[in-house]
Amino acid sequence: MDDHSTEPLKSTPLEALHVARGGKMVGFAGYNMPVNYPLGVLREHLHTRNAAGLFDVSHMGQAELTGAHVALAMETLIPGDIVGLAAGHIRYSVLTNADGGIIDDLMITKVSDDKLYLVVNAACKDRDFAHIASRLAGRATLTRHDDLALLALQGPKAAQVMARLVPAAANMSFMTSLVDRIGDVPTRLSRSGYTGEDGWEISIPNHAVVEIAEKLLGQPEVQPIGLGARDSLRLEAGLCLYGSDIDTATTPIEGSLAWVIGKRRREEGGFPGADKILDQLKNGAPRRRVGIKPLGRAPARAHTEVQSAEGKRIGEITSGGFGPSYNGPVAMGYVETAYAKPGTPLHLIVRGQAQPAEVCTLPFTPHRYFKP
Amino acid sequence: MTEVRYTKEHEWVRIDGTTATVGITDFAQGALGDIVFVEVPSAGKDLKAGGEAAVVESVKAASEVYAPLSGKVLEGNAALPDAPETVNKDPQGAGWFFKMQLSNPGELSALMDETAYKAYVAELG
Repeated sequence: MDDHSTEPLKSTPLEALHVARGGKMVGFAGYNMPVNYPLGVLREHLHTRNAAGLFDVSHMGQAELTGAHVALAMETLIPGDIVGLAAGHIRYSVLTNADGGIIDDLMITKVSDDKLYLVVNAACKDRDFAHIASRLAGRATLTRHDDLALLALQGPKAAQVMARLVPAAANMSFMTSLVDRIGDVPTRLSRSGYTGEDGWEISIPNHAVVEIAEKLLGQPEVQPIGLGARDSLRLEAGLCLYGSDIDTATTPIEGSLAWVIGKRRREEGGFPGADKILDQLKNGAPRRRVGIKPLGRAPARAHTEVQSAEGKRIGEITSGGFGPSYNGPVAMGYVETAYAKPGTPLHLIVRGQAQPAEVCTLPFTPHRYFKP
Repeated sequence: MTEVRYTKEHEWVRIDGTTATVGITDFAQGALGDIVFVEVPSAGKDLKAGGEAAVVESVKAASEVYAPLSGKVLEGNAALPDAPETVNKDPQGAGWFFKMQLSNPGELSALMDETAYKAYVAELG
């Protein structure tokens, strides 16, 4: 996950905290970020599944989009139903292009009828924000929030930690958002995440994020978690990494994200690439993203060739590694649609050798979101 | 009389006459992190100095283990595939990867002794 750009790395407001806690720093999406702390990727992963982990995700892009009919305007760029989203609720969606490809995936919170709060991927944020601002010019105004940092608190004990700091947080449902204070600090709390566990993403003014991070890390359940475990957690949870599992060459249907297309949007269309995407929804796509379970012990990494049991090349792994909670190798990738059914035998070409594998349902570890 | 030599790729070699035991150093296991998969070569495999000999994977990434010297594999450590974490716990003991019969002991002179290896690691920071 290192990137090899020659640009100097940017810092989040928590860089000194990461270094002080022994974070092993690497370049990621242009930022100097901790890949792991002294606990190590494996134990950080397991700690998050068993207790609670704190992640610095301040490199991600945050913005507000305002306008009298902002939901309707946003729907011209994404296939999700934002008009029908209740205030205080969050929706996962994708920005699509005219060919039906995915420009980025993002979280959209309906703050009110005239305001949305957006969180997009770090590596895509400049392009995304320029795209949204220019395509919606005259209908909505985009305000970047480079003044805000973002923390994620994830894991089965996140709720008891948050209940101690923000009593109102404990009653929130998965995919809802609330503005409340932690101490004196104004924050936006979103009950969402990227691990498959219960938890929150917490938007905090840059100047107060060290104080809040230290407060959270001072709770007995919480350990700091680096990007290494963030990746293995999201892979076990079957969640896409933009740029690896989905990109401008994959449609939402190919990416097995048909569920992001709202019911009304399936009938009405009106988003970039709708002709192609809705045709694939009806008639099928040539390939699909699926879970892939190597049957041996060897992990199959991204770009591993996938063959049918007869030895025909049918696709490629897009994310793969070892799942610490699953306690075995886990992967996802694209296969020709005829081979996408769970249980289909596959061969993965690892170091020149065909290793047995099979298509499996995602996630590898069950999601444990809070839905009262 | 045994002696231990080191490669720039962070393998260690314990020499005993014309046989050698090979593994990865404590520095290497620390840099890799939690090891979750090991593949060792089978007895009889011919190895060429600098060629790929074994595989070690952490949660983060896969790495090759190179043959420090040329020769024939006598034995792979059969315990490692089922307990890859042994490499983290005891890299220069129970975490050995394979034993080999050397075909060209003269290659030894290209490897570092412990003092030189320690200086090399210190330089890497």
